Formats: sequence, C-alpha cells, structure tokens
Amino acid sequence: MIKKQTKKVLEVEGLRTSFFTRKGEVKAVDGISFFVREGETLGLVGESGCGKTVTGLSLLRLLPEPAGRILGGKIYLDGINLLALSKKEMRAVRGKMISMILQDPMTSLNPVYTVGEQIAEPVRQHQGLRGENAREAVIAALRLLHIPSPELRLRDYPFQLSGGMRQRVVGAIAMSCNPRLLIADEPTTALDATIQAQYLALFKEVQKKTNVAIIFITHDFGVVARMCHRVAVMYAGKIVETAPTEVIFKQPRHPYTKALINSVPRLDRKVERLYSIEGQPPSLMNLPPGCRFCPRCPEAKEICREQEPAEKQVGPEHSVFCWQVS
Amino acid sequence: MSRYIVIRILQAFLALIGITVLVFILVRASGDPTHLIITPTSTPEEIANLKKQLGLDKSYPEQFVVFITGLARGEFGDSIIKRKPAAEMIKEALPNTIKLGLPAFFIAMALALALGVLAAAKRDSIYDAGVKLVAVLGQALPGFWVAIMAMLLFSVRLRLLPVAGYGTLKHYVLPVGTMVFFLLPGMMRLVRSSMLDVLDAEYIKLARIKGLSETKIIWKHALRNALIGPLTTAGMIFASLITGAVITEIIFNWPGMGRLLVEAVAARDFPVVQAITMLVAAMVLGMNIIVDIAYAFVDPQIRYQKS
Repeated sequence: MIKKQTKKVLEVEGLRTSFFTRKGEVKAVDGISFFVREGETLGLVGESGCGKTVTGLSLLRLLPEPAGRILGGKIYLDGINLLALSKKEMRAVRGKMISMILQDPMTSLNPVYTVGEQIAEPVRQHQGLRGENAREAVIAALRLLHIPSPELRLRDYPFQLSGGMRQRVVGAIAMSCNPRLLIADEPTTALDATIQAQYLALFKEVQKKTNVAIIFITHDFGVVARMCHRVAVMYAGKIVETAPTEVIFKQPRHPYTKALINSVPRLDRKVERLYSIEGQPPSLMNLPPGCRFCPRCPEAKEICREQEPAEKQVGPEHSVFCWQVS
Repeated sequence: MSRYIVIRILQAFLALIGITVLVFILVRASGDPTHLIITPTSTPEEIANLKKQLGLDKSYPEQFVVFITGLARGEFGDSIIKRKPAAEMIKEALPNTIKLGLPAFFIAMALALALGVLAAAKRDSIYDAGVKLVAVLGQALPGFWVAIMAMLLFSVRLRLLPVAGYGTLKHYVLPVGTMVFFLLPGMMRLVRSSMLDVLDAEYIKLARIKGLSETKIIWKHALRNALIGPLTTAGMIFASLITGAVITEIIFNWPGMGRLLVEAVAARDFPVVQAITMLVAAMVLGMNIIVDIAYAFVDPQIRYQKS
C-alpha cells in the first residue's frame, strides 16, 4: 500500500503551535514531523484535543488569531517553506495548493450564496476564470464529486441540499482548483453511516483521478482502515507512532496505539465490555517532563517519567517514540 | 412571495383599523379641548356654542361615525386651534421633517455600518475601543443635553452655526448632527455584535480556506449574513424619523411633524393628533412590510419558504 516511488508533496519538520491564553501557554502541537506523498492518504489519528485539527489549521496558517501562533518548525509544500511566505503569498496557496474540508457540512457553506457561486469563488480567485469558463470549471468540480445534474445544482442554495450532498459540495470547493494537498478534518463524522461509506469511496476515486495527497484527520480506526495508506498517531500534541496502515493494525508498537486499537469495538469477538484507556490525557498547559503517555501507560518504567523518548525506527516507514520499544 | 406580501398588507390594514379606534378613544380620554380655549369670562352659552361648532356636543359613537366617514373621504377634520384642515397642517410640516430625517437616517446608517463592521473586523483593537467609547457616550448622554451643549458651543461661543430655525443649509448641521448622535450608537453596536457572531461561523473559516481576501470575507460573506437583525431596527428607525423627531424639532425650533404633534397634544387638538398618529401607524406598518420584503432579498431561505 505504500507509494514509495512517488514524490513527497508535504514535509513537516518539528512543527510547534501554541495558544496563548490568560491562564498560560497551551502547547497544542509540540514538535511534530511527518510527510505525505503524491496520491497518498495519511491518517492523523488521536482522541479529541490531541492537536489533530490544530495541525491541519497550522498547515494553512489559519489559526484563530491572536491566541494561536506557530512557534517553530518548517512546513514544506513541494519544497517551499510555507512558514516563510508573506500573508499575501500564503493566501494564494490556500484553496489552490492546499484545501481543507471541515467537519460539519450543515454549517460550512454560506447560507446566502448559491452553491455555484461558492465553488466559483476559488476558481475566479486562483485561476482567473470568468463567466462561461468559470461556470464550466464549477460544473467539472461538481461532476468530480458525482453531484447529479450539476447544471441545476449550481443554482441551489445550501439549505435546499441534504447533508451528504452539502459535504460533496464542500468537497467540490476543495477540489475546484486541483490542489496538491487536501486536509479532510473528520469530514464524515456528521454524516449518516451509509452516506459516510459513499463519501469515503468517492474520495478514494477523486484521489485516483487527481493524484492529490490527503491528510485524513479522524478518531475512527474503521475510517483509517478504509482510507489511509499510512497512519500517524497523535497523543497530547506529539506524534507517538507512524506506520503503514496494515502494520498499525497488525503490529502496533506504542502502548497508546495498542490501547487505541484494542478499544475499537469488533464484531468478530465477544466481549463483556469495551476496552478503555484508564485516566485522562495530560493538560497541554502543564505537561509531564518525560513521556506524555506515561501516567496512563501500563508498561511505564522509571526513565519514561524522566526523559522524553526519542524516535526509533522499528521497520520500513515505521517509527515509534517509546522507551520500552527496542 | 407575492401571496405572502398580500397577506401582510391585509394584516397591516386590519391593524390600522384597530389603531384608528384606539386613537379615537385615547385622545378623548385625555380631556376636553374646549377647556383650553375658553376664557374665564366665557358664558355657558358660548361654551355650548363652541362645542357644537367643533362637533364635540355629539355622543362618542356619533363622533366616531363622523370621524370614520371623513376618513373614507380622505379628510381628517379641521384643527380645533388653527381652524384649518389637519391634513393641510401635516402637508406643511411633513416635508420639513423628511428634510431633516432622511439625511440623518442615511448618515447614521452609513456610519453605523462602516464603524460597526470595522470594530468587529478589528476586534479588541484601538478602532474597536473607539467605537465602544462612542457607543457608551451616545447611549449615556441624554440627547436633549447634547443638542443644547452643541448649540452652546457651535452657535453661541464659536458663532459658526445658527442657533435654531429653518432656512439655509447651515440650519441643518446641528439638528441633523444631533439626530445622528442619537441614532448611531445603538445601530453601530447592533452591527458590531451581529458581525462578531457571523465571523465565528464555519463558513467564514471555509472562505478563508478558499484563499479569499479579508475584504471579500467581511463585505461579501459576513455582512450579508449579519444584516438581518440590523435591518429590522433600521426599518423602525426610519418609520419613526419620517414621522418626526420630537426632541430635536422642539430644541431647534424646526417646523416639522414632531413639533406639530407636541403642540397638538398639549392643546388637545383631536383631529391633528388623530391624523398624525394614524400617519405614524401607517408608516410603521408600511416599513414592517418593506423590511419583510428586504429580508427576502438578503436571505434566500426566507425567499424560498414563502413562495
């Protein structure tokens, strides 16, 4: 499943993003590194508040101001460091090179403009198309997402469409300028289970056609299994394990990954109650000195409490941050 | 949509009839206008004569019939004091009020929109603080006091502007300015808070993700969604302005509707009070319908629901 031969579209090195609140600094993303290749889907997995969405927003440099700030690291898109771009240059990257799909299709479209107008905006902005040419690009985007009778739909307002259809429109907006990277932030969480499966299949198809690199943010391992080539597991602002999808399921190495996979409900095993991880993630304002998972870790030793674990390569494209892995 | 408008017009018409009856009763509950006309030396015959002349000797139901039949012919009756048709007095006063109200309305709304949007877009900045200060001052300082102070400063001390009265362009500056000062703060705060709500929405985030400029995001994506609340208020302000700014007109001795109304009420000049009240009611009802239609232009969801 790994696409080793293709080019790396995105490379992130040591990204650090914090929020400065009245109570203090919240280290939402604390030095993470990862990459995504052309035509590849990377799953960014972890529980709520672990920094997945902040990572996505950092890539677009769209953190809520003035609290959110990127403190360090590098984000290379096709070799260009996005953190070195001016605000104006960055605006030309958004929607054109990098797009994002938000979680809730019911609120992410503007209620007072037609679907056609909302898809046409990035097309006009980034490709300079006008009139009939812009209209054709809009229809092409609607077709790519399999929206039936696109010529009619583009005159609809969001409230005239179902949730699943709206999320396809959001997908069409994201794909309208043929981006290099698509960040999908739990795009199916708000959809019905059947619509969810359709949407995922649709995105696999879109990826085959366009070769777009996708970062799929989710907490659902079912979605990971279906969508992703590789997975990065995040815990309390850090990536703790990165591996190809089939390896993550068969040989998870980090105790947190193991626990996460154990807590996925399964149909082929009968259990009295679902497995759950004891305790709570640490406060991002007051992090423990050693490994962040240590207070909840069944395998923790003395060193785990004292020092942060370094990256260990344990297989092809498989790395873990854990003292107990050798 | 058109069916909806027809229904709204019929409703407004019914409300107007209700208001007519209410006004008729209420002005008569305020007292007897002849008491204000007679002198201590008037004889009972003279008083009876006066009542007969004014049609106040009849019973209330009879007076109501006279009033209603007059209305049906487009007559509001003659002023008790001035002894000329109330409609004619309104015709003289209304243009003056409009000349004052329209510029005040448009200046205040334009400023409120610009400053409210600026404050929301640059939240917690120096602009936002300035807007808040203006809002607090405008809402805390009584309008009549500000008008008198402005008069004192610009007319009496600096002698730049006429104290009061009506005529040249300079006569407009202080009354219009005072009215803008009344109207601006509330509207500005409404625009600001409405914009702040909208700027938090997910579709604004998506507009940023698309790479749109901040100008487009604020003036195209946010403002149109933020307009619904302020639109209602603007409609009501417009209706009230056109029918007379009482305090401003009295202070600046402006021969408009507001002054006419106060004088008519003080003199228990029933026909004039009735005519003005009905005009105000008709304006408010009419503005409500216009605002409803305006909603449909701003929000497609309203447009489609009602078709």
